[in-house]
Amino acid sequence: MSSASNDTIARWASSEYKYGFVTDIEADSAPPGLSEDIVRFISAKKKEPDWMLEWRLKAYRHWLTMKEPTWANVHYPPIDYQKIVYYSAPKRDEDKPQSLDDIDPKIRETYEKLGISLKEQEVLAGIAGANVAVDAVFDSVSVGTTFKDKLAEMGVIFCSMSEAVQEHPELVRKYLGSVVPYSDNFFATLNSAVFSDGSFVFIPEGVKCPMDLSTYFRINAASTGQFERTLIVAEKGASCSYLEGCTAPMRDENQLHAAVVELVALDDASIKYSTIQNWYPGDEDGKGGIYNFVTKRGKCAGRSSHISWTQVETGSSITWKYPSCILQGDNSVGEFYSVALTGRKQQADTGTKMVHIGKNTKSYIISKGISAGRGQNTYRGQVKIQKGAENARNFTQCDSMLIGDKCGAHTFPYIEVKNATAHMEHEATTSKIGEDQLFYCNSRGIPTEDAVGLIVNGFCKEVFNELPMEFAVEAKKLLEVSLEGSVG
Amino acid sequence: MLEIRNLHARIDDHEILKGIDLKVGPGEVHSIMGPNGSGKSTLASVLAGNENYEVTEGEILFNGKDILELAPEERAWEGIFLAFQYPVEIPGVATSYFLKAALNAMRKSKGLPEIEAGEFLEMVRKKAAMVALDEKLMTRAINEGFSGGEKKRNEVFQMAMMEPKLGILDETDSGLDIDALKIVSDGVNQLRGPDRSFIVVTHYQRLLDYIVPDFVHVLVNGRIVKSGGKELALELEKKGYASILAEVGMQESLAS
Repeated sequence: MSSASNDTIARWASSEYKYGFVTDIEADSAPPGLSEDIVRFISAKKKEPDWMLEWRLKAYRHWLTMKEPTWANVHYPPIDYQKIVYYSAPKRDEDKPQSLDDIDPKIRETYEKLGISLKEQEVLAGIAGANVAVDAVFDSVSVGTTFKDKLAEMGVIFCSMSEAVQEHPELVRKYLGSVVPYSDNFFATLNSAVFSDGSFVFIPEGVKCPMDLSTYFRINAASTGQFERTLIVAEKGASCSYLEGCTAPMRDENQLHAAVVELVALDDASIKYSTIQNWYPGDEDGKGGIYNFVTKRGKCAGRSSHISWTQVETGSSITWKYPSCILQGDNSVGEFYSVALTGRKQQADTGTKMVHIGKNTKSYIISKGISAGRGQNTYRGQVKIQKGAENARNFTQCDSMLIGDKCGAHTFPYIEVKNATAHMEHEATTSKIGEDQLFYCNSRGIPTEDAVGLIVNGFCKEVFNELPMEFAVEAKKLLEVSLEGSVG
Repeated sequence: MLEIRNLHARIDDHEILKGIDLKVGPGEVHSIMGPNGSGKSTLASVLAGNENYEVTEGEILFNGKDILELAPEERAWEGIFLAFQYPVEIPGVATSYFLKAALNAMRKSKGLPEIEAGEFLEMVRKKAAMVALDEKLMTRAINEGFSGGEKKRNEVFQMAMMEPKLGILDETDSGLDIDALKIVSDGVNQLRGPDRSFIVVTHYQRLLDYIVPDFVHVLVNGRIVKSGGKELALELEKKGYASILAEVGMQESLAS
C-alpha cells in the first residue's frame, strides 16, 4: 500500500470509541467471587421461587466440573472467575412502585446519550428514536421496559426476565433451557447459574408483533460481568422482529459478558433476531475491552417455522459466538447473516451451526469478515444434516476482506452429511481491499477514508439488507467509525 | 491549461517516462498515440495521481498550479478526470450511490452542500442519454457484470457527470465495437467546449475519425518523438510506427 493510505490506516486504527463514558451511580453489588452463596444471593435478590434457585444451583454444580474451552482461535490470559462481580444493580427505592417515570434520571440520561429513548410519548411522536419497544438492561438488571401495556393488549408479553419468572412462571419453566440446556457449555452453564436479567418475549398464536422489540445492554460498573438471559417464544403462526444493542465504558481491565439467548419458533412462526454488538473493543494494544462469550441458539420446533439471525459485530476485544438454528420441524428455515469486524487488536471467532433434523429444511449462511489493524477474524461454521433430514439444503457463503498487512482472516467450515439427498453449496473468498478500487474512488474525488467506508459497506451489503431500516443506517455508520484509521 | 515539463516517472526500478514535454491549451484535444509499452497509459495514470508510479523529475502544472504534490482526489477536485482503460468493479456499491458520493465529494471541496435528490436524478437522466447508457445500470453494483461496452460508456457518463476541465481518455476505444465506438465518441464530442480540454490515449487512428484531435503526439519509449496535426494520425495508420521511428532515428526503440 502506498504511504498515503498507510497514513489513513494509522488514523483509522486510533479512532475513538464514542460510548466509553461511565455513569456515576450508586450501585447495590455482590462481593466479587463465585460460590453457592453468590448464586443464592442473586436468586434471593430477585425473590425467585425455589424451582428457579434449584435450576441455578444445578447449573453451578455442573459448572464446577467443566473446563473452559480452548478450541477457539482466540488467545487471552486465564480469567479469574473469583475476581468478577456477578451482581451489580443501580440502587433504587424498593418500596416505591417501579414504573418508567421512576427511572433514575442519570440512567435515563445514559440511554439518551446512547440514542435510546425510554420516553414512550417521544417515541410515539417520532421525536426520539425509532418506533421500537425497549427493554433497558443496566449492568445486572432491567431498569425499564417501554410499551409493555400497549403490547399486552395484543397478548404480547415483553418484560424483563426477572419479571417473567414472577409473572409467567409456567412459560419460563416450560421454555427456559429448552434450547440451551443448563449443561450446554462452559459459558452457558456459568450463565445459567448466575444470570441476573435479560428480556422475555412471548408472542401468542397468530399474532404478528406490531412493533420491533429491542433490548439495549449497557455494562457500567467496573469489574462486573454481565450475564443476561433472553428467551423469545413465538407460538403457532406468530412472528416478531427483535433487536439487540450493546455498549460499555472504556476500562483498562477486561470484563466478561457471557449471555445466553434462546429462541423457540412453533409451527409457521417466524423470529428475526438482529444484533449490533459494539462493546468496548479495548485499545490499540489490546488493553481492556469486553470478552464477549455468548451462546445464541434458536429452535425451529414447528413445521415451516423460520428463524433468522443477523449480527453486526464491531466491538469487544474477544468475540466467541455462534448463533445457531436447530431445524427440527419439517420445511423449517434457518438463516445467519453476519458482519464481523476486527480492528485494533480485536479477535473474533464467530459463525453459526445449522442442524438439519426435519425434512425439506433449508439453511442460508452469509458471513462477511473484515480484518483491519492487528485484528484476527475467524469464521467457524458447522452444517449438520441428520439421517432423517430428507432433501435438506444449505447454502454457505463466507467472504473475508483484509485491510492492511498486520491482520488475519481464517475460515473453518465443518460439514457433516448423513443423508444422501442433501444439497450443499459452499462458497468462500478472501480479498484484500484493492489499491485499484481505492484509486478508482480517489480519481472520482472521493478521499481514501470515505472510499474504504464505501467499499466495506458494499462488501457487507447482503447482510445490511437483512437489518431493519434504522438499524441498517446505524450499522453502516458504526462500521465507518470502527474502520476509521485502519485502511492499508 | 496543462503544462508538462520534462516528466520522468518509474514503477519499481523501471523508468517508463523519460522526459515528457506537453502543453495543452483550453478547449484543445490532444491525442497520444504509440506502440505497446511506450508509456501512454502510464502518462494518463501519472496525471491522475496514481501512487504506484514515482515521479522522479519534472513538473506538471495545471492552470498554473503544480499538482505533483496533490493526492488523486485533490486533482479530481481541481478538475482532472481519468476515464479508465480497465474500469474497476466495486461489489455491493450501486452505480448511482457511487456517483452521488463522487459528486458530493467534489461539491464539498468547493464548499457546496450535497446535491438534492431531484437534481441528481435529472442530471443522471440527461447525461446517461448522452451515451445511451441503460438507466437500469444505476442500481447495479458499479462495473460489476457490465459488458466491455457498458464499462466504457459508464466512464464517459461519469465524465459527463463530473464536468471536468481536463478529460483523459485511456484507450477508451479498446474493446468497443464500431457502434459503441460511435456512441462513446459522440458523447465525448458533446462535452467538448472552449473551457474543456482532452487527452485521448489510443492505439488506433480509428477513434480519431470520430473524436477529431487538434494535435497528435507519438510516444515511443517514454518520450514524445513526433508531434503534428490530425493528419499525423493518418500517416501513422498508413505507414505504421516503424517508419516514423526510422524518420526520427529510433528503430531500435521499437525492437526493445
